[in-house]
Amino acid sequence: MIHKYRLNGYNICLDVHSGAVHILDDTAYDILDYCSENMGKDVPEKVYEELGGKYEKKEIEETYAALYELFENGQLFSPDDYEQFADMMTRAPVKSMCINISHDCNLRCEYCFAAKGDFGQGRCLMPLETAKKAIDFIIANSGTRKNLEVDFFGGEPLMNFDVVKKTVEYARGLEDKYNKKFRFTITTNGILLDDDKMEFINREMNNVVLSLDGRKEVNDRLRVTPNGKGSYDAIVPAYQKLVSQRTDKDYYIRGTFTKYNLDFTNDVLHMHSLGFDQLSIEPVVSDPKLDYSIKYEDLPVVFEEYEKLAKTIIDSRKKGDYYNFFHFMIDLDQGPCAIKRLRGCGCGNEYVAVTPQGDIYPCHQFVGNEDYKMGNLNDGTFNTDMKNMFAMSTVYTKENCRDCWAKFYCSGGCNANNFQYEGDIRKSHKTSCELEKKRLECAIMIKAALAESGDETDCDGEDCICSCL
Amino acid sequence: MENKHIKTLNQANLKQSAVKGGCGECQASCQSACKTSCTVANQKCEKKQ
Repeated sequence: MIHKYRLNGYNICLDVHSGAVHILDDTAYDILDYCSENMGKDVPEKVYEELGGKYEKKEIEETYAALYELFENGQLFSPDDYEQFADMMTRAPVKSMCINISHDCNLRCEYCFAAKGDFGQGRCLMPLETAKKAIDFIIANSGTRKNLEVDFFGGEPLMNFDVVKKTVEYARGLEDKYNKKFRFTITTNGILLDDDKMEFINREMNNVVLSLDGRKEVNDRLRVTPNGKGSYDAIVPAYQKLVSQRTDKDYYIRGTFTKYNLDFTNDVLHMHSLGFDQLSIEPVVSDPKLDYSIKYEDLPVVFEEYEKLAKTIIDSRKKGDYYNFFHFMIDLDQGPCAIKRLRGCGCGNEYVAVTPQGDIYPCHQFVGNEDYKMGNLNDGTFNTDMKNMFAMSTVYTKENCRDCWAKFYCSGGCNANNFQYEGDIRKSHKTSCELEKKRLECAIMIKAALAESGDETDCDGEDCICSCL
Repeated sequence: MENKHIKTLNQANLKQSAVKGGCGECQASCQSACKTSCTVANQKCEKKQ
């Protein structure tokens, strides 16, 4: 299987099963339409008949020979050999956990998938004893995995920061005994950031995700306090201070775009103008009936904006101005292995979320859905049948993924989105799929553009996280 | 590979990675920056760092 497309003046061909990416001239791009999994050494007559008026015979012959060489080398129409690995997929140790340390929030963002902080379960904070049980759970269920990831999430985690600190201290105290290494992340809206919290976060958290939607008017329209006041002025100076003290650990300024700011390139650029260079802005995931929702019919405008953002990034990079956009990050050589790509995010299998009540769910987005409650930390229950079901969910068990060119890049998409909007974790959420495919096309095109300009070391070499585009 | 008509940008090593991969030590994608959409191909391989 291949995927060929034209973007920003580049003719691009992705060979799906080898991962090869080829940049073609017009002749090769046109002849590619006459090639297939069964291509032979000789130029098909139809090529001469249909392209003979456009290209010289000699040019057709040498171009076809080059395409055939790729085919022979397993870099064009390479066979799909992966289903054998998908069939071998079994339960994996649990090594990632989202701890919803707070089901309360001091903002009331309109689009919040957590029902404005409490996941529809009532406002509450996780007791330390429950957080400790979460740490014990991941250690006990992580088998031989050494690296364990714990994300403090909510709601707003800083509303329960004392428990965050004590949980980190508790986990660190167990690392040597169990030969584990905890990697902590915290996701915050920034309202309660102060010097002490910044110092702790910068010392203990491998990654910090700082929520901001971009321009002040964009952010303050939806990211508001309970009395309707915008959050921008309170959080931006705090983020700037935190990031200035961050040294080499990861961070992201992470926003959401909605129907209200389909010109989100301006929000990315605004974030960068504030001094940030690790940026993420994602499409809102919401009921299509809501005003701010990104609907299927909005996709052409969003696609155009992604292209604009991609071109802007290329121009900036060529001028030596570096910033990283999370959804355009792609490493064509050193990315995740094919096994990882078969089942993607690992939710419900390698990754679970826990609530203040100790309930265990496949991921943070399933929280509150009783049908997907996997167990509870307090009574020791854990539904391994459900875990198996998620473990066996791969791009080969999702009917729309099996023959999709993007299957090894999104790895089957978000199971929670699939369930929420299509009613089945194995049914791909169409809007999300189209967005993901467009982002991938842009990401690969950026690689092509930077390769052409000789700027293949497409990072600034200092604080780059370096699987970056 | 590079010739007059085609430039290949990468090593196309996905198949080799299937044979040697699957150690499970790499980051879960939702632990990075997304939380609402799945992008796996931008994660780092733990063995290659």
